[in-house]
Amino acid sequence: MTASNHHWRQFKNLFMQGLTLVCAVLVVLPLLLVFFHLVKEGFGALNWNFFTKLPKAVGEPGGGMANAIAGTFILLGQAALVGVPVGVLGGVYLSEYGSSKLNWWLRFAADILNGVPSITWGIVVYALMVVPMRGPSALAGGVVLGLMMIPLVMRTTEEVLQLVPAGYREAAFALGIPQWKTIVQIVLRTALKGIVTGVLLALARVAGETAPLLFTAFGNLGWAHSLKEPIAALPLQIFNYAISPYDDWHRQAWAGALVLLLLVLVINVSVRFLTRDRFGKRQ
Amino acid sequence: MVNIENQTAGTPGSGRFGDLAFRWLTRLLALSIFVLITLIGLELYNGSKLSMHHFGWHFLVSSEWDPVNDVYGALPFIFGTVVSSIIALVIAVPISVATAVYLTELAPQWLRQPLVMFIELLAAIPSVILGLWGIFVMVPWLHLHLFPAMRSTLGFLPLFQGADYGPCMLAAGIIVAIMIIPIITSVSREILRSVPGLQREAAYALGATRWEVTRIAVLSYSKKGIFGAVILGLGRALGETMAVTMVIGNAPQIVASLFKPGYTLASVIANEFNEATGRIYPSALYELGLVLLGVTVVVNIFAQLLLKTFAGPSVKPQH
Repeated sequence: MTASNHHWRQFKNLFMQGLTLVCAVLVVLPLLLVFFHLVKEGFGALNWNFFTKLPKAVGEPGGGMANAIAGTFILLGQAALVGVPVGVLGGVYLSEYGSSKLNWWLRFAADILNGVPSITWGIVVYALMVVPMRGPSALAGGVVLGLMMIPLVMRTTEEVLQLVPAGYREAAFALGIPQWKTIVQIVLRTALKGIVTGVLLALARVAGETAPLLFTAFGNLGWAHSLKEPIAALPLQIFNYAISPYDDWHRQAWAGALVLLLLVLVINVSVRFLTRDRFGKRQ
Repeated sequence: MVNIENQTAGTPGSGRFGDLAFRWLTRLLALSIFVLITLIGLELYNGSKLSMHHFGWHFLVSSEWDPVNDVYGALPFIFGTVVSSIIALVIAVPISVATAVYLTELAPQWLRQPLVMFIELLAAIPSVILGLWGIFVMVPWLHLHLFPAMRSTLGFLPLFQGADYGPCMLAAGIIVAIMIIPIITSVSREILRSVPGLQREAAYALGATRWEVTRIAVLSYSKKGIFGAVILGLGRALGETMAVTMVIGNAPQIVASLFKPGYTLASVIANEFNEATGRIYPSALYELGLVLLGVTVVVNIFAQLLLKTFAGPSVKPQH
């Protein structure tokens, strides 16, 4: 090996390391920029009214997004009720049972379902629920978000469960513990952090989904008095305000976006801390 | 001992029943994936029957979109969806994989956790917020700074010619890239982390530099998984609606220049579905949804086939 070759390799080594560092900075940059602008533009419009009042007409001061904030929580709650049980238990089947052939098809189908654009979900649930119920409803909005979570949660759950060492299962079988108890009490519990992370990513994704809600939850300038009525949601409100021509509404959109982002970040960060104790230090 | 034998070998006790019930429960829920896919296909097909009947295959190659005269064609939207996704992948894939490499192989230990956290938080930004930021911050910046620079350096390519008015295909591609980078990065990182340490040590033992270890031992070992990560990103890119709708300009046209507005399948449905009156108009939008589903499925299958080609045993002897 000649000396010049050695230098060339060393140079390439440093160059590529530097290049990956630049890429890492590029990845983080948009987050910082978005956050900076949200705070800069949105913070001024945040006040007590924003959280407690309903939206007002253009030019009227003092409106808020109380209904949209509540609506987002209601929609996410419904989505979790639909998506989490189906997704997690489906993931259990993929990881713990199932012939390899059926599993191949299930994974294949789940990956394709993950690629199904959110807007497509919107018009499908429109046909399935909004048309028969004669109008958009909170229920349809919750269901569409829940259905979208299923393949996401299923795949992440499966991936996480397969990281659980086979020895754990074998040890439980050797003690004569039924398989389903092994799965529920040992496998699922060991993988809890990963499952929670998967559910969290799925919730974070659907929390920002606007497209499927356009025709299902539809949005509402007031309160929804039942799940059969159209309901407001933060992303919907942000979108409607952002594409409007009014500066007032743009300010509201920034404020709404700041609240939505903080909401999502708080969920994210708190889940990370909750799950850190047991597995945080594992490398 | 006797106890254990009793439970495993014989009496159909609660364990047996529990096993059977749990197995079937999880199986049914897993099979719901097939039900959902069938349902989506069926509903979209039902919705678009009328439009199919009216326009036939011509719908796919026609670039006319005229709600006033009830004439519809999907080509500009297919074009826009494919082009914006390609732009996004071209930007996102190298950056994401490089970042994943940096995170697992090169970054100092103290920096890794915070960086991972930042990327997870970036993944959590809702698309409508990126769209909002896109309209009011990114697009004006691109219009004033990046696009003029690209025009003067790369202007010999038809892709970067002509004036821009802000919202355009390239802006949409960039915003989608920002959206899919965290997903490709975090999935790639998980995969790189699963590469056994022995792989690396073996390469180090041969006298490889850090980068060579990464390239030879880590990246080629995890090729398959990284392709999987890219697929996830592509699936998301095709499905992106809101942020794209907000920055692409929403004009159904097919032009070479990326500085011109475009329109995607997803964004035309988002913009026009609620206002689509009559019978053919909504049906045409359903057919666009069906086309979108078709494009997504075809791309996903294509990607998975690619994946299979590269799969093999992950670690191959040199040949």
